[in-house]
Amino acid sequence: MTDLLTDPESVRPTRAGSTVEFRGLRRAFGTTTALDGLDLEVRPGELLALLGPSGCGKTTALRTVAGFERPDTGEVLVDGEDITRVPAHRREAGMVFQSYSLFPHMTAIDNVAFGLRMNGTGKAARRARAAELLELVGLANHAARFPRQLSGGQQQRIALARALALRPRVLLLDEPLSALDAQVRLTLREEIRRLQQQLGITTLFVTHDQEEALSMADRVAVMRAGRLEQCAPPAELYERPATAFVANFVGVMSRIPARPGADGTTVGAFGRTLPVHGTLPGPVGTDGGSGEVDVLVRPEAIGVTADGDGTSQIVGATFLGATTRLTVRLAGGAEVMADVATHSTAGLPVGAKVTLTLPDRPVLVDRHSWGNGGRSGG
Amino acid sequence: MPLLLFAALAFGLPAGTMVFGALTTPETVPGGARFTGANMSASLHGPYLTALLGSVKLSALSALIAAVIGLPVAHAVVTSRFRALRESVLAGAGVLANFGGVPLAFAFVATLGNAGVLTTRFHLLGHGWNLYGFWGLTLVYLYFLIPLMVLTLAPALEGLRRQWREAAHNNGASTFRYWMHVALPILMPSLLGGYVLLFGTAFSAYATAAAMVGSSVPLVTMQIADALSGNVLVGQDNVALALGVDMVLVAGLVMAVQVPLQRRSTRWLA
Ligand SMILES: Nc1ncnc2c1ncn2[C@@H]1O[C@H](COP(=O)(O)OP(=O)(O)O)[C@@H](O)[C@H]1O
Ligand SMILES: [Mg+2]
Repeated sequence: MTDLLTDPESVRPTRAGSTVEFRGLRRAFGTTTALDGLDLEVRPGELLALLGPSGCGKTTALRTVAGFERPDTGEVLVDGEDITRVPAHRREAGMVFQSYSLFPHMTAIDNVAFGLRMNGTGKAARRARAAELLELVGLANHAARFPRQLSGGQQQRIALARALALRPRVLLLDEPLSALDAQVRLTLREEIRRLQQQLGITTLFVTHDQEEALSMADRVAVMRAGRLEQCAPPAELYERPATAFVANFVGVMSRIPARPGADGTTVGAFGRTLPVHGTLPGPVGTDGGSGEVDVLVRPEAIGVTADGDGTSQIVGATFLGATTRLTVRLAGGAEVMADVATHSTAGLPVGAKVTLTLPDRPVLVDRHSWGNGGRSGG
Repeated sequence: MPLLLFAALAFGLPAGTMVFGALTTPETVPGGARFTGANMSASLHGPYLTALLGSVKLSALSALIAAVIGLPVAHAVVTSRFRALRESVLAGAGVLANFGGVPLAFAFVATLGNAGVLTTRFHLLGHGWNLYGFWGLTLVYLYFLIPLMVLTLAPALEGLRRQWREAAHNNGASTFRYWMHVALPILMPSLLGGYVLLFGTAFSAYATAAAMVGSSVPLVTMQIADALSGNVLVGQDNVALALGVDMVLVAGLVMAVQVPLQRRSTRWLA
């Protein structure tokens, strides 16, 4: 793959990174509420990923920044200035769409130069700058191609160059990689991130792919049904998810059936009493009011020890490289995933009786799921 | 190969007969069929030339007006949020586009003719209105040309992606500049194709005009009919054929202009 140009100075935005702020954003389409009071602050120069399941309002949020969508109430601020009523063509936000957004009748270089043509930049100057941007995205030698002569990945690079051409205050990316092959997606992910860091441009990146969000972003904002669920750096989001929703959406969680304590602040599992992180969910309709819950634990946080008297049994093992993911059936029949170092699996063959242990810290609790108790995730 | 053969027979025979007839004297005259330039020459002089130019002018103008009106109408139809409206308008356009001929002429005579409903209601005659002149005929032609243009443009307009408009705005283009720099260039192949289709339809239309204006607006199709039926002079069959050749030549001329334009406007589609 082509390297990005090593000298991004020439295209660095003149302003240091801008801030973006969503305040109480609401937007309904008929009976569908796309945004239900979104509050979020994007810091100068950071790449913030908007992550969430399909339909949770990510695109709508992004489009209010670009000016393609007006909120019913609430406002969007850029550098502290309310831009809610500024028309889209004066927003100074560069947007990259999911796919097929290049003007089909223009060559790559004309696409990149389009904004400069609109703002009256002379022909020579805009061609020079467009060429510079093409080089920045590694496609200097594709300047004369029409979009349909470019691969999906190349089209997205051109779209990125076009979005950067006017030195926008904010870069907006709406699932720019989701229409690409896995291999191209990985490469482009890195390149976008590197470019964003070199330019120091404040960036909002919408994705429903948790791995993409975690690997690229400075902070990840998890959205659910039009609201912010949690906004934190990737490691914190992974290690200390604030809610069961976040825990389930980010990474893999093992679900261990447990009994809620009477006082609502503890939960009993594996014969131990553990403090609850957050709140215990109340019984909800489908539970039949049993009050049964699951404790959510990362597979790598579960300890597995061989124990001839153990009530649990290893029923499966998947080699993942440095670790091996064991599937363990508990006495009650639920199956739990536990990751152990591959070098320690000699004493843990499939069929072995084992005892599981939990870490000594507060655990997240979710309503009991009647599935097989194993994997759950985004 | 069979296709080529079929095409050669289907188009070549009548065309050959027409060209041959246009370049010969009738067999009935003394001396039999001889090659002559007289028919072609006659077809390009006097009333025949006037009619040919009249047809070109009427077709070019009505097609242009239909294109200018048809584009925004088609856009409004395609972007309408009401699916039922969209579909019924397109279905209606399909009917209207083929609603030429005598019924259409009659409908207009009844509404806008000298004793028509609207003419008397709004005293249009006093304002210089005349359905049976050039502009009246243009108006009647628009009645089926606009729906034809809407039908031709609808698929192309549906192909305009929302991202293109938004990307244009995102790059600082106002709505007007989006249309000038993005939408119209993308639509240009369809616009050109549509215009030629409309021109051809108007150019070859006969029944509507014949039923409405008779010979008060000189049109080449009516001259051909007159020459064939011996309305004005007998023995003009070969001049009629020459007029037919003229029409084919005009069509060829239009193509000669259109094809390079089309090629230019579709460069990006290759
Ligand atoms: N223009 C629109 N008209 C009607 N409903 C819309 C429109 N845009 C979005 N929605 C609805 O709003 C919700 C949020 O959409 P969106 O912001 O696109 O979600 P996401 O990008 O997270 O998948 C969805 O239920 C979607 O169907
Ligand atoms: Mg979306």
